[in-house]
Amino acid sequence: MSGRLMTLWNWFDSRMPSIASEWRKHAAEYYAPKNFNFWYYFGSLAMLVLAIQIITGIFLTMHYKPDATLAFGSVEYIMRDVWGGWIIRYIHSTGASAFFIVVYLHMFRGLLYGSYKRPRELVWIFGVLIYLTLMGEAFFGYLLPWGQMSYWGAQVIVNLFGTIPLVGPDLALWIRGDYVVGDATLNRFFALHVIAFPLVLLGLVVTHILALHDVGSNNPDGVEIKKHKDPATGHPVDGIPFHPYYTVKDLVGAIVFLAIFCTILFFTPEMGGYFLEYNNFIPADPLKTPPHIAPVWYFTPYYTILRAVPPLFNSQFPGVLAMGIATMILFFLPWLDRSPVKSIRYRGTLYKSALTVFVVSFLVLGYLGTEPTTVWGQFGFDAFFLDTKDVATWVGRLCSVLYFLFFLLMPWYTARDRCQPEPDRVTM
Amino acid sequence: MSASDSIDRTRRNLIVATSIAGGAAGVAAAVPFVVSMWPSERAKAAGAPVEVDISKMEPGELKVIEWRGKPVWVIRRTKEMLDSLKAVAGRLTDPGSRSSAQPDYAKNETRARKPEVMVMEGVCTHLGCSPQMKTAAAKGEMGADWIGGFYCPCHGSKFDYAGRVFKGAPAPINLPVPPYEYLSETKILIGDDKKGA
Repeated sequence: MSGRLMTLWNWFDSRMPSIASEWRKHAAEYYAPKNFNFWYYFGSLAMLVLAIQIITGIFLTMHYKPDATLAFGSVEYIMRDVWGGWIIRYIHSTGASAFFIVVYLHMFRGLLYGSYKRPRELVWIFGVLIYLTLMGEAFFGYLLPWGQMSYWGAQVIVNLFGTIPLVGPDLALWIRGDYVVGDATLNRFFALHVIAFPLVLLGLVVTHILALHDVGSNNPDGVEIKKHKDPATGHPVDGIPFHPYYTVKDLVGAIVFLAIFCTILFFTPEMGGYFLEYNNFIPADPLKTPPHIAPVWYFTPYYTILRAVPPLFNSQFPGVLAMGIATMILFFLPWLDRSPVKSIRYRGTLYKSALTVFVVSFLVLGYLGTEPTTVWGQFGFDAFFLDTKDVATWVGRLCSVLYFLFFLLMPWYTARDRCQPEPDRVTM
Repeated sequence: MSASDSIDRTRRNLIVATSIAGGAAGVAAAVPFVVSMWPSERAKAAGAPVEVDISKMEPGELKVIEWRGKPVWVIRRTKEMLDSLKAVAGRLTDPGSRSSAQPDYAKNETRARKPEVMVMEGVCTHLGCSPQMKTAAAKGEMGADWIGGFYCPCHGSKFDYAGRVFKGAPAPINLPVPPYEYLSETKILIGDDKKGA
């Protein structure tokens, strides 16, 4: 640095030395395992998408009108008349799906390498909280264009709360702010979407990273690099500074990601109805539900679980409860897993099979949620236990059971699994 | 001074009392924010009864009327529709409408004041979508045993022409019937039944 710049920097450094010390702590001297692979891109990509969503969101807010009579028109105005409006809106709507793709892959990485296991339980818990907040954020955002899917999606999800025994109906009324989903609902969802939830999300992301940097990153071998430190420097021998090594690596990931992102953005921003559903290009009509409604793809696994559970005791609450538990059960993962090793590389066939069954079930649940229950036809025979003959409902039930068994049987099969011994140091 | 054996009780009590008072003030301060999310007085005032003219309705026709922001259906039921109600009774969750919501005058076999005119809320009792009429002709889509009724596109619940839910559907109870009354042979008032009940 030239003399003048150095003087300027010294002026800052003497008044606020934490700029330099935080940089060292979280980047230049944060030692991450040297054996990160492909799966380790998705954490930084999630932050990139968060930044994209915040920036595009700010600009959309400049033109959007959170009013039931104006909202749909203002979105079309953004798409047609605002300079650059179409691309900002499509970046934001594609970004929502990209966020979930990246987050699902990031979570799957955790399952592969046991990143939620001791001592990283808090990292995982904050991560699950981010995931739940993100679901809320996406849900509020989807109401804002005030199309048919916006309206009926909100109707269904708010009514989920209405099924809770005793307090449910009042709770749903309180959430809507009216007897039906209406202007009051739209206005408050806007407030929650543009300020409340983003603030919570940012706070949680900071907490997630602080918790991670306190215990250090896991790696594809699942062995702790802090066990072997260089006696001279005190740094882990299998660790490399996050900056410049992983900032550069993540930059490559970001470029590849943006290339794919832009391809979707320019050629198929609606992704054949999966990212932006066709029915959402029709203004909300409280008197008419579209012929086929389904949530956006990232909610569909849970939606299928909801649909799979038949009502019990004249109440639809059991289905809602099952759906709620399906998300909440993630919190308990660190304590359900009793395996002595972290990484899939050293786990036995039991865990590998269980994870495979889980992933397949999750994908089937996700697919079924995008289709009507009649998608696979009906059984050709009759039996007393067949309350419905729709094949897809029964497959959905089977996959829901498998989804839960992955977690509920985990203490059993992970303790019994024949694991290989972990290496002492990371392998490349 | 050692911290452990010289707690100043007076100061400690003051801290406890201040914390409790501060906490209570914090809770009290949350009240206006929580109540601000209830339906406003203006929202509560909306929702007057609606008049419907049924004189021009064809047999089998469905009319959707907005009442309190919700779709209310008026259906002029044909003889086949009414016959189908008896045929499906064994396949229903609540054929006698015991657990379902309807005024007493609609708690009968046809769930209506007059069998040929059905009035009900077109709001699925599962999660609030509005089902669609599927006549007996829709067998290809609804299955071979379908003899007509309603289908909810959101979660696949099926109802008969009296809004009674079929077994195996996620909806737990029958579609609700709102309060209504006949003002004349061809006029129905939805949302009020004070005069003729």
